[in-house]
Amino acid sequence: MNLALRDIRHNLGRFLLTCFGLGLLLGVALAMIGIYRGVVEEALSLARALRADIWVVEANTRGPFAEASRIAGDVREAVARVAGVVAAGSVTFQIVEARHAGGPGGDEAWDAERLRERAGEAGRQRIGAVLRLQVVGWEPDRPGGPPEIVAGRGIGRGRLEMVVDRSAGIPPGAMVEMANVRYRVVGLTQRTVSTGGDPLAWITLRDAQELQFRLTPPAARRALQGGGGGMPQDTVNAVVARLSPHARPDEIAGRIRQWKHFAVLTAAEQEAVLTRSVVERARRQLGMFTGILLLVSAVIVALIIYTLTMDKVREIATLKLIGAPDRSIVALVMQQALLLGAAGFAGGTALLLLVKDYFPRRVLLGPEEIAGFGLVVFVICLAASLLGVRYALRIEPAQALGG
Amino acid sequence: MSDALVELAGIAKGFGTGEARVQALADITLSVAAGEVVGLRGPSGSGKSTLLNLVACILEPDAGVLRLAGETVWQGGWRRRDLRAFRRTHIGFIFQFHNLLPFLDATDNVALALTLNGVGLGEARRRARELLDYLQVGRRAVAMPSKLSGGEAQRVAIARALANHPRIILADEPTAALDSERAQIAMDLLRRVAREQAAAVLVVTHDDKIFSRFDRLVSLRDGRIEGEMRPAEARA
Repeated sequence: MNLALRDIRHNLGRFLLTCFGLGLLLGVALAMIGIYRGVVEEALSLARALRADIWVVEANTRGPFAEASRIAGDVREAVARVAGVVAAGSVTFQIVEARHAGGPGGDEAWDAERLRERAGEAGRQRIGAVLRLQVVGWEPDRPGGPPEIVAGRGIGRGRLEMVVDRSAGIPPGAMVEMANVRYRVVGLTQRTVSTGGDPLAWITLRDAQELQFRLTPPAARRALQGGGGGMPQDTVNAVVARLSPHARPDEIAGRIRQWKHFAVLTAAEQEAVLTRSVVERARRQLGMFTGILLLVSAVIVALIIYTLTMDKVREIATLKLIGAPDRSIVALVMQQALLLGAAGFAGGTALLLLVKDYFPRRVLLGPEEIAGFGLVVFVICLAASLLGVRYALRIEPAQALGG
Repeated sequence: MSDALVELAGIAKGFGTGEARVQALADITLSVAAGEVVGLRGPSGSGKSTLLNLVACILEPDAGVLRLAGETVWQGGWRRRDLRAFRRTHIGFIFQFHNLLPFLDATDNVALALTLNGVGLGEARRRARELLDYLQVGRRAVAMPSKLSGGEAQRVAIARALANHPRIILADEPTAALDSERAQIAMDLLRRVAREQAAAVLVVTHDDKIFSRFDRLVSLRDGRIEGEMRPAEARA
């Protein structure tokens, strides 16, 4: 006879209400784990999207994400000639505030009608909205371009075209305005965002350099146009290279480092820079908050179980008096704690899976995260029930007697 | 003393130390034979509950000898390690407020006592139903305790106490929550059980309306036996 289940069935309303509250709490804790994993994954997505084996950046920097890096665009030619390098491409990166400018031709009222079919109501409502984009400039047909195109097409050699991440909410065919120039969105990528969660947008390197020039403060721009001592217009932030399958990235990186004016990072080193430097504080912040939430969950589960046990003093005393062994009492308390945790975990997980796609940043929850969290909840409930078990075992059978 | 199922000889029990020590029981010698129903009465603080707790093996005496169901349970120390198992097999309890588990129906409250003794759930439920029928509360077998009247709940509690055929039945104010008529019925039931199952029944009570239902009535005062009477003889 399972006393824990029978007690739960008898107080089903209270149990479900408790589970609901606990489920919300566990859902928040699980969301933090998902956000934590999402931040790390998003941090890596920028570097991974470019599928580069090595990154050549300005000397003495860990650019282009952790530190500013500027090198001459023609470095790409030199890198491409290194043995083991299959292809090299120059890339620029800049954060730009863009504006969703409706459809082609600038007739926003007409475009809105056309776009409604493509983007649905949500996409149409974004027309005119200011977007923050991480713009990547690259040379078409060279490394550094967008990964898999999930809608539309890639950029050919056409000017003023853009491939943008789906999270920007801009459908193919729509126009995006940056520094008073309109770019036509021709294709979409998926899950390619910057370390700050901004959608990535690819345009040609030439467009990107012009954009960079237009965004330069007027005084510096005048200096550049006059051929004065400003930065040359053919600068890029990095050169990325793909290596032959048998080449060793460390060896090739070592060879390029001997050129002295450049720093070189392998893909693994770039990922380490991104996770340990660029998003380190956010990662630690989220990690600590997740830890605190789990601790709070443990305390709350312990208090719930303790209170549930206190409510059953007479019943437990009666059980002891009529000869129930301690293992029956322990099972009653522990099974209730585990059932409470299981129901709260299931409810919290289900709720989060339903709403996670509405979060502004990615909430990454795979089977591993969910199973791991389930294990943590199990351990928490087991540990939290010890307080209730201790209390239950200290109840004297004599407490069943008298009024 | 050999026929008695409950035997206390020179039992003493005190609480606290030094000047704060209170002697709850002193030199208690008492026996209850099989089939006998003995009442234990006295004012508050006289030691009734302490005596019941000692017989229930949930309090340890300081001195004397405690023999239950023919076995010396305490003499200078507990003679058995698993007192809970001893209670489970030899002692049935009836409480003032019946103490039925609120989350089990009448049948399962009785069956629980049997399952704790190793009886399978199906068999335990079958025997529980028989017991409830025997105590004329079988029609309420699936009712939850909150739906039972005071008298019905006390019958179910008696059924639970009898489930493992204990040789000793301890009752703590079993009629306190019942009206006069139901109190008489409950006591008659206990008397019947004591006779039919040859059990020793020890009842703590304040209820003078049921005094006539006891074979013997032991009065306690200040931890000592003040006197003993046989109500039947008194009536005669």
